[in-house]
Amino acid sequence: MKPILLSSLTAASCIGTGLEATRASLRAGRSGLVPCRFEDATLPCWIGEVAGLDQVTLPADLVRFDCRNNRLAQLALAQDGFAEAVAAAAGRHGRERVGVLLGTSTAGILTTEHAYRRRDAGSGALPADFDYRGTHNIHSVSDFVRQACALEGPALAVSSACSSSAKVFATAARMIEVGLIDAAVVGGVDSLCLTTLYGFNSLELLSPEPCRPFDAGRRGISIGEAAAFVLLERAPDVVSNEAIVLRGYGESSDAHHMSSPHPEGLGARLAMEAALARADLAPTDIDYINLHGTATPSNDSAEGRAVADLFGRTVPASSTKGYTGHALGAAGGLEAVIAAIALQDGAIPGSAGTRTADPAIGIDYVLTPRSRPIVHVLSNSFGFGGTNASLILSRGSR
Amino acid sequence: MSVLSAWIEGISLFAPGLTGWDASVPLLAGAADLALAPTDIPKLTVLPPAERRRVGQVVRLALATGLAACEAAAADAAELATVFASSGGDGANCHAICETLASSDRLISPIRFHNSVNNAASGYWGIATGAMAPSAIVSAFDGSFAAGLLEALCQLAAPTEACERILLISYDVPYPEPLAAARPMGDACGVGLVLARQPGPLARARIDVQVGGFADETRLAGALENVRLGSPSGRALPLLVGLAGGTPAHCVLTLHEAMTLRVDLAGAS
Repeated sequence: MKPILLSSLTAASCIGTGLEATRASLRAGRSGLVPCRFEDATLPCWIGEVAGLDQVTLPADLVRFDCRNNRLAQLALAQDGFAEAVAAAAGRHGRERVGVLLGTSTAGILTTEHAYRRRDAGSGALPADFDYRGTHNIHSVSDFVRQACALEGPALAVSSACSSSAKVFATAARMIEVGLIDAAVVGGVDSLCLTTLYGFNSLELLSPEPCRPFDAGRRGISIGEAAAFVLLERAPDVVSNEAIVLRGYGESSDAHHMSSPHPEGLGARLAMEAALARADLAPTDIDYINLHGTATPSNDSAEGRAVADLFGRTVPASSTKGYTGHALGAAGGLEAVIAAIALQDGAIPGSAGTRTADPAIGIDYVLTPRSRPIVHVLSNSFGFGGTNASLILSRGSR
Repeated sequence: MSVLSAWIEGISLFAPGLTGWDASVPLLAGAADLALAPTDIPKLTVLPPAERRRVGQVVRLALATGLAACEAAAADAAELATVFASSGGDGANCHAICETLASSDRLISPIRFHNSVNNAASGYWGIATGAMAPSAIVSAFDGSFAAGLLEALCQLAAPTEACERILLISYDVPYPEPLAAARPMGDACGVGLVLARQPGPLARARIDVQVGGFADETRLAGALENVRLGSPSGRALPLLVGLAGGTPAHCVLTLHEAMTLRVDLAGAS
């Protein structure tokens, strides 16, 4: 495919609000995970919470969208000159030529969880101030961001569990390729809620300690929240060597099980192969793999097997979920931003929380940061229902 | 403005009073009056028994809709890329989870939780058919069908996709109370389309789609308008009326307040 420019990006997660704070945490090997004190949840797990969301206010004409998820989106839009970059792109291309394609798994469901505690004792009705469309509905975040950025291009949400905000890059790339749009705000926003905390608890997938991706003793995930935005833009024929581009994407389905990956990582492998083919790259061209690496025993085994089959031990790989927690529907977007930082800085992130890489997984798993020039990064995102997406981000147009 | 085109090879429809495509054609074309009746969702014939017991109405509707469209197009479901479009996930399942979370014990069932993901229908589709092709999942509130159609057309048109044929499944099931009061909907509606890049022997019609600010003045006759407005997937009805031979042969579908799709239909050549 013709590379597509990442002309602006930003992220907010438990390791930092904005690129500089995110970069500093990655460089220092600093995890943002803390023991779970979210609302009144009583679960022995660790979470990645973004501080200060209670103080974020939405624009006055968009208050119907007020909820934790959209506050997180608002916080991130205001960082790193992102909203200004989007406005400039709308000026260059036209408002109707800029799409808004965002991933989320649960949108503002926390608002519904709260509303269910305030039901009318007699009728069971939800409180009159509950606004389903502005909060809980999956599209609320993409609708909010479209209106907050005054855009008129195609707007939709992708909610495919933990691959959501990687898959939006593919949707945007296609829309740009076919000439429907010239640019798109992509990425994802997912925020802490009781549904995911108690849900992953019911599946016995929450780690009682900070998660340890690809560790021999890994015990499950730590849930995080994040907003990550990337402005994708049709690239000129020649881009600078410093530019970060989307070079390839690949998608597949496991067709295996709702909450367990294909044990041999077959779907994961198909997604990675499709991304390499679209980028016209060989496995040996990849300089770093940002793994999905949720730190559950079965996920890391399946992904590790697929990566080992395709790359052997030749390509350094790590999961950054030990820093950020698993941001679920925002993970793909967040890790695309982390991949871009790795490309810009020539720095491969280590793996916070991991003590001993699992010897049963035959890959070059990176525990501590490494400095080296990086040109191509592969980023994996896989989700419940067997939905897989891999992205390849590159520096320059080589 | 570019035009996105595709050939329609298979159609399916399950909606109030509209059970299957063939039975729906005269009702859509205006040759007979539609009498609204509860949506008749076919019994599931696929999925292993354990999975079949676990799925709710939303997944049953999506799978039945997809299978019927594949059958109409004589297409092998295992080979097709898919686009799943809906305004939301399984409302009954969500209601049960929210009730539990508001109670004192909060212990939700693991099956309820994995069924709560919005892509559950896509996941069960893969398990049922063995399809490992890419599956897109899109939502845009009442514009969800339009969003799904756009995604499907882009996959067919994108030069690097090499996608010859794609299955679009649009499906929505109303929420139970008390969520229903916050998101009112009519009865369940599922619309399936098998779309092809090139005209083949099974092509029924060509659609040409442009995006822009076209005025959406859609109003269907009689009870068809209730079905259209009753569900996000029902917003596909003007297109289906055209495919059934009704007039006019073009329609406008709203994606959001500032963007609509103009869809022109032409007969198979």
